[in-house]
Amino acid sequence: MAKEEQDKILNEVTESEYKYGFVTDIENDDIGKGLNEDIIRMISAKKKEPKFMLDFRLKAYRHWKTMKMPEWAYLDIPEIDYQDIIYYSTPKQKAKLESMDDVDPEIRATFDKLGIPLDEQKILANVAVDVVMDSSSVKTTFKEALAEKGIIFCSFSEAVQDHPDLIQEYMGTVVPIQDNFFAALNSAVFSDGSFVYIPKGVRCPMELSTYFRINAENTGQFERTLIVCEEESYVSYLEGCTAPMRDENQLHAAIVEIIVKDNSEVKYSTVQNWYPGDKNGKGGIYNFVTKRGICEGVNSKLMWAQVETGSAVTWKYPSTILKGDGSSSEFYSVAVTNNHQQADTGTKMIHIGNNTKSTIISKGISAGKSNNSYRGLVKVAKNCEGARNFSQCDSLLLGDKCGAHTFPYLEIGNQSAKVEHEATTSKIGEDQIFYCNQRGINTEDAIGLIVNGYAKEVINKMPMEFAVEAQKLLQISLEGSVG
Amino acid sequence: MLSIKNLHVSIEGKDILKGINLDVKPGEVHAIMGPNGAGKSTLASVLAGRDLYNVTEGEVLFQGKDLLDMEPEDRAKEGIFLGFQYPIEIPGVSTVNFMKTAVNEHRKYKGLDPLSASDFLKLMREKKSLVEIDSKLTNRSVNEGFSGGEKKKNEIFQMAMLEPKLAVLDETDSGLDIDALRVVANGVNKLKTRDNATIVITHYQRLLDYIVPDVVHVLYDGRIVKTAGKELALELEEKGYDWIKEENGK
Repeated sequence: MAKEEQDKILNEVTESEYKYGFVTDIENDDIGKGLNEDIIRMISAKKKEPKFMLDFRLKAYRHWKTMKMPEWAYLDIPEIDYQDIIYYSTPKQKAKLESMDDVDPEIRATFDKLGIPLDEQKILANVAVDVVMDSSSVKTTFKEALAEKGIIFCSFSEAVQDHPDLIQEYMGTVVPIQDNFFAALNSAVFSDGSFVYIPKGVRCPMELSTYFRINAENTGQFERTLIVCEEESYVSYLEGCTAPMRDENQLHAAIVEIIVKDNSEVKYSTVQNWYPGDKNGKGGIYNFVTKRGICEGVNSKLMWAQVETGSAVTWKYPSTILKGDGSSSEFYSVAVTNNHQQADTGTKMIHIGNNTKSTIISKGISAGKSNNSYRGLVKVAKNCEGARNFSQCDSLLLGDKCGAHTFPYLEIGNQSAKVEHEATTSKIGEDQIFYCNQRGINTEDAIGLIVNGYAKEVINKMPMEFAVEAQKLLQISLEGSVG
Repeated sequence: MLSIKNLHVSIEGKDILKGINLDVKPGEVHAIMGPNGAGKSTLASVLAGRDLYNVTEGEVLFQGKDLLDMEPEDRAKEGIFLGFQYPIEIPGVSTVNFMKTAVNEHRKYKGLDPLSASDFLKLMREKKSLVEIDSKLTNRSVNEGFSGGEKKKNEIFQMAMLEPKLAVLDETDSGLDIDALRVVANGVNKLKTRDNATIVITHYQRLLDYIVPDVVHVLYDGRIVKTAGKELALELEEKGYDWIKEENGK
């Protein structure tokens, strides 16, 4: 492809608009900018939390104050003024929702526009949804149907009220408050999120899903998700996210904790599509997320599948602690960066139990002037016998102004471990695009086809409805970015 | 159907085609032969719209339209098909998905609705049996891990699916054993009608035993230096290209 043509098409990236960038005009109840102990007490009071929760928050805050933002990631982040952020903002609506009719029509319209109808009759029959807007959960569907099986699926705030014992028992056990800077911050100010509890021997009959939406200005979103799977149980959980287009950067720092007990299995899928900023790198979400699961029981399984296309900055390493003997974990990731986006993402697999197994498949796609890094740790503890890991990290480049980087770390403490790592870097070939053109397929569609082919291994791991969404998203995210 | 007048093409300042004139009418099969480096593949690529090349002079009309003014995908949808000398592998993209996208793009261009999944699969079955291609190949990703012969068969299969008005087959015989050659040639012959035309680009006469041309051109040093009936191919087979080179003073 001729140079001018390439430049022209690269410029066209600007034409590809973020579909979810609208703002809902709704009154919000916020507590003003700034962060201190009073603010934290206020958040806790607004949520009518029990004392243990406030103590947890304050402890986290006091620890956070001693910490510094991590700088080891391959990311260039301007300084964040943590006093210039609103830490709690919630859409004003009736205190208690008895039925769908109680949800504010503006909020319903927002989610209809996003393709997430809140009306149970209209939703895909096998997906239950918890919807979080700014700092609050708006609505959880199919709650009663799930309760019949003993499954708890509700907003985190409700869980704190209704199931304080479970929260107290598990919260902070996988990601302790002092784990890292953003985890400590989240632990201090987290607002809402989802709680899932699957009792012993229960296979959750439907996909559970949380949809996160940032709407309010100058607001940070700090959600927390906790999933507990008792023995011999199973759940597949999905999360999706979008935000309006704004010139200012917005902060998102979430925590996900997953506990998987004997012979249980959790699948956790993410389609992350926060606003990535404009073509010049203005605006966009800073996405700092700590996701970790523990395969606590024997033969337990945890699978992560993620498609990351949004955010100006992504700092995210969904990890698994393989503690139970014979437990296993898989990590499948597609991360797309375009324009000025930066992503430093990967996973950590910590092998502790004997005969534990992990698989890492990471596909990075970089376009525009973006930087896309894979960072992964495979650690095998000294007393862990027979651990196995297979890692494959592929990078695909579109154009010659973007970067792809791979930072694999191996810490093998036991001779019996078998660890394999493969990595490839390729460019979308002009030959491939021309071949498609010659069959009547234009360049945009050709890239969509090729990229989806490249990412197929990961997308195939996602539940059907999500896979379709993810495919479309890949194509939209890369519109115009030919090399 | 196709009319090439005084076509000059260069790549990175080097002249490759130096004034090509060629007329192809519906129903005709033209063979373009010539030694390596004569510009045969360049001609095929320029017709398909590969932008590595600069057209410095001349014009190409396809069904009365200025071909050089069109994007490659529009040329394809106007009815030009290029059988690649080295078909490209597209890992992870299934042949079914690839062909479905292509066929529906062609239909959209003609103002037709996309084919339903079942109609599409029916069409695929028909064309597969027409060109004798194994489902094992069409069930895989586009050309991924195919042998040379399998790739060429797949080109003919795609040609059958897209029903072009003008097929340009670039060295379709290279790297084929005799059985594969027969399958490929049979496919081309079966797809021939009174309304479409074929340009067969080849170095050897062998393919022309199976696909009988109406006209044979010899391309040498960027020009068509000889045009005659099919007997010219046999003469070239017998005498090689040296006499052409001598006649043209090199």
